[in-house]
Amino acid sequence: MKWLAAILLAALLVLLPFCSGDFYINLASQILIAAIFALSLNLLVGYGGMTSLGHASYLGVAAYISALLTSRYGWGHGPAAVISLAGTTAMAACFGVIALRATGLGFLMITLALSQVLWGLAYRMSDVTNGDNGIAGLTRPMPFGISLNGPAAFYWFTLIVAITAFVMMAIFVSSSFGSTLKGVRDQPRRMAALGFNPWMIRWITFVYAGFWGGVSGLLYVYYNKYIHPASLSTTSSAEALLGVIAGGSGTLGGPMVGGALVLLLKNYASAYIERWNMLLGLIFLFIVLVMPTGIVPGLSKLLRRGWR
Amino acid sequence: MAVTAAASEYALEVIDLKKAFGGLVVTQDVSLAIRPGERRLIIGPNGAGKTTLFNQISGDMRPNSGQIKLFGAEITRLAPYERTHFGLSRTYQIITLFAGDTLEHNVTLGLLGLRPQRWQMWRPLSFYGDMATEARRTLDAVGLLHLAAHPVSDIAYGEKRRVELAMALAQKPRVLLLDEPLAGLSNTERSTVKSLIASISRQTAVVMIEHDMDTALDLAETVTLLDYGRVIVDGERDAVIADARTREVYLGN
Repeated sequence: MKWLAAILLAALLVLLPFCSGDFYINLASQILIAAIFALSLNLLVGYGGMTSLGHASYLGVAAYISALLTSRYGWGHGPAAVISLAGTTAMAACFGVIALRATGLGFLMITLALSQVLWGLAYRMSDVTNGDNGIAGLTRPMPFGISLNGPAAFYWFTLIVAITAFVMMAIFVSSSFGSTLKGVRDQPRRMAALGFNPWMIRWITFVYAGFWGGVSGLLYVYYNKYIHPASLSTTSSAEALLGVIAGGSGTLGGPMVGGALVLLLKNYASAYIERWNMLLGLIFLFIVLVMPTGIVPGLSKLLRRGWR
Repeated sequence: MAVTAAASEYALEVIDLKKAFGGLVVTQDVSLAIRPGERRLIIGPNGAGKTTLFNQISGDMRPNSGQIKLFGAEITRLAPYERTHFGLSRTYQIITLFAGDTLEHNVTLGLLGLRPQRWQMWRPLSFYGDMATEARRTLDAVGLLHLAAHPVSDIAYGEKRRVELAMALAQKPRVLLLDEPLAGLSNTERSTVKSLIASISRQTAVVMIEHDMDTALDLAETVTLLDYGRVIVDGERDAVIADARTREVYLGN
């Protein structure tokens, strides 16, 4: 039953470009990118109990590194992607050491501060980052000589990466290590008494989440062919966090649904209402009041109740 | 880390331990020596510093000065999880379990804590059948095998106390700290847990804080009386009970 649903969903996703226009194909690509980003943030928020308000750092830095290397230094996309991901992961390793000196609210404030530093740099270091103008005129990679410029080709490429990301993160959270991560989230003191090193468990997760945040950043810059400091902003981090919580943190489906919801509101509702943020706020309020654990856990509970 | 490798005759040694919160001294020059396999009861009125002493031994709290040794190896500066790998386990006065997970999962985490598989990032915990078997065996030993598949949130308070014990016992510690294992239990549960503690292997030294003197004294061979963070009397059970200072400090009020 569960497998059948998964296969059906996969088939639907693969065949999507044959039955919809370019606008929707592009929208689907964006949703997939947002889903990877939300899933990576969810490793911290949902499974690790580490609420971060600076996760856009990894998306933004990966995007900037790739943009700079390919446009300014004329690197190929392959090596640029490798360096970009390595750099982002290394940055997560350093940021983790700093941010994990605290937990809870302290952790949140440090992640916020670190991301603000990067956002400030992207804005002010204009001889490198081009400041508020952003870096435009970027290209998409051509894996195995296949052009990704068409919406469908790019969508399939994104889909492959997204499925890989989903599977990798699903394996991570359901592994032995994933069990210890959830243990540290629920009872850190007890976990230490049982022989686990809570700090190391949190740090490894932080770095892993940073890596997948970087992957989503690469896709983000490939899709937009443009990067602006706004991608590093607190708003960007907060929207993702909102998506994770609205969709259902600590589940695999929740962040994807939540990420998609935020993106749709941003793209769709903003065409009709200037203050789409207000609408997002109202919807968020509604979700929190009606389904405090998020859309996916809330709906599945509702379904189970209806079944009986 | 300079570990004195010399084998000690003591399982757990506490030497001149001091701890103060600002001006409030909670542990004053406390020294204890517990032999392998010994059963030690720590008693004292509320606020005597019993749990604070445990917290320093387990590493949840750092002492201001003094030493803690486990089988001759100095562990005073080690992190709590490192002490566990030296053979120290503890239970908590306030139940600290993973409420949403099954009993089996709770005990399995106790086993996993000492095994290298805790860093395994692609195989689920359920892959390790030997750990599940071991966890169920431990649950059987505390009489909870029939509830192994139930989440902790479903079971009664007295049963949770036994899960606490099972998690620590699964680790086969050389020194086990029990912080009020009988707290809040009914009379029947009390005798169940009592016989459980009595059946703990002699490979394990047991140090226990307990207020229920009737039950706990039966389990103890030696008794330490604390008051205002000091060791008042320390020695064989009957000698400590008979001591005039014990009556004055504890039994008197």
